Amino acid sequence: MATHTSSSETDVVVVGGGVVGGAIALGLARSGARVTILDEGDVAFRASRGNFALVWVQSKGLGMPDYASWSRRSADQWHQLAGVLNEETGIDVAHSQPGGFMLCLSEDELEQRRQTMQRLHNQMSLADFPYEILDHDETKRRMPDIGKDVVGAVYSPLDGHVNSLKLFRALREATQRRGVAYRPNCTVDSITPRDGGFLLRGAFGEVAAAKVVLTAGLGNARLAPMVGLDAPVKPSKGQIIVTEKTAPFLHNPMVTIRQTDEGGVMIGDSQEDRGFDTVVRQPILSVMAERAVRMFPRLAGLNVVRSWSALRVMSPDGFPIYDQSETCPGAFVVTCHSGVTLAANHTLTLAPAILSGALPETLAAFSARRFHVPAHS
Amino acid sequence: MFRPIAEAKASDGTRVAPVGFTFDGRAMTARAGDTVAAALLANGVQACRQTPVSGAPRGPYCMMGVCFECLVVIDGIGNRQGCLVPLRDGMRIQTQAGRRQPDEVQS
Repeated sequence: MATHTSSSETDVVVVGGGVVGGAIALGLARSGARVTILDEGDVAFRASRGNFALVWVQSKGLGMPDYASWSRRSADQWHQLAGVLNEETGIDVAHSQPGGFMLCLSEDELEQRRQTMQRLHNQMSLADFPYEILDHDETKRRMPDIGKDVVGAVYSPLDGHVNSLKLFRALREATQRRGVAYRPNCTVDSITPRDGGFLLRGAFGEVAAAKVVLTAGLGNARLAPMVGLDAPVKPSKGQIIVTEKTAPFLHNPMVTIRQTDEGGVMIGDSQEDRGFDTVVRQPILSVMAERAVRMFPRLAGLNVVRSWSALRVMSPDGFPIYDQSETCPGAFVVTCHSGVTLAANHTLTLAPAILSGALPETLAAFSARRFHVPAHS
Repeated sequence: MFRPIAEAKASDGTRVAPVGFTFDGRAMTARAGDTVAAALLANGVQACRQTPVSGAPRGPYCMMGVCFECLVVIDGIGNRQGCLVPLRDGMRIQTQAGRRQPDEVQS
């Protein structure tokens, strides 16, 4: 790639063009900002292109009630985001919120889930969290295709899903129509505070902006310290299997299985700590497939057409990081492993706040400062 | 549009008799052992499925198992990749209209 130097002025530079960066860039542009997205090349670990597409609430926030509220708020506002995307691009991202199930294959699993939900429910501010614990018969009444090994399920009406590839496409299209400059193959090597703003440099040249928002996923770990921020994120590997397309028979999303609007069945939710390794490995896939077939015996007759892996962006406690730099005001970091679920918040709530120069009070708990002090309750 | 570049010959050099099959009920013949997708192309069939997403007609494209454009129903089983299935005498091949029906999927 040719190296050249160019300098351009923009209000906000968003570093990272995935679902998180796209959602924030759209919100910024809708609020009237001039925005440039600097995206890495194909060497990037693109979590946005490998995810499971859930807009998921029920299991989130144990240990951090603010995360449960934040997730729920985004799920509530997702209808509005889907409407905005459809209005701006004509793309229907197939968002639906029919309620989600977490199926359990043993009494132990169900009991663990029951206890987790109880503890979640006991946290202040979550007392009205709607969920049900279902036995086998009730689960089967609601989902007739389950196998005999399913002992029960947790159900919450808050959960939903989308077509995440269409979401990704719609964000790209909407930001483009709003005048956001999307620049691929622009790895940011350095960010320097300058004149109350920032200068971003790389092989692509230079870009200057008043504000910078770091949404580079795992890349945030390297970039954040350049502007006095901290994003100690590490990869958590997940693998996914997808089957041939069939007529719809799964009408609700589950944590590990969902049928897309186009008919393919996705099987996922593995978690491995393997650094930056993205090789798809059969032992994990076979465990995922075996559990999926026990949950829905019908799946055994479907052909698998593809499997892949991607890396989640995980902070030390698994919760998102939202921060504005104290030493370099105007520099923000946003990092999470649920960019799809949180997209509505990122576009509708977070982006206008970034533009106004202060994060909302509701995000105080998400500062990376929580990693620097001893945790006392 | 497509035709074989060589006659089918057995190991002793004699001509191999063509086999019969049907596509959407129409009787056709082709060489035994050719793939279903090749047999359809040789018979002038350019579209063998409608996509489940847009409904657009599609036909065999990559001929090597990658593109999934050649999906057909073979003897009642949907979503078969025509380019990976050898043609056999008497096969009933049908257009794959949209998604495979889950009811035909046996566990």
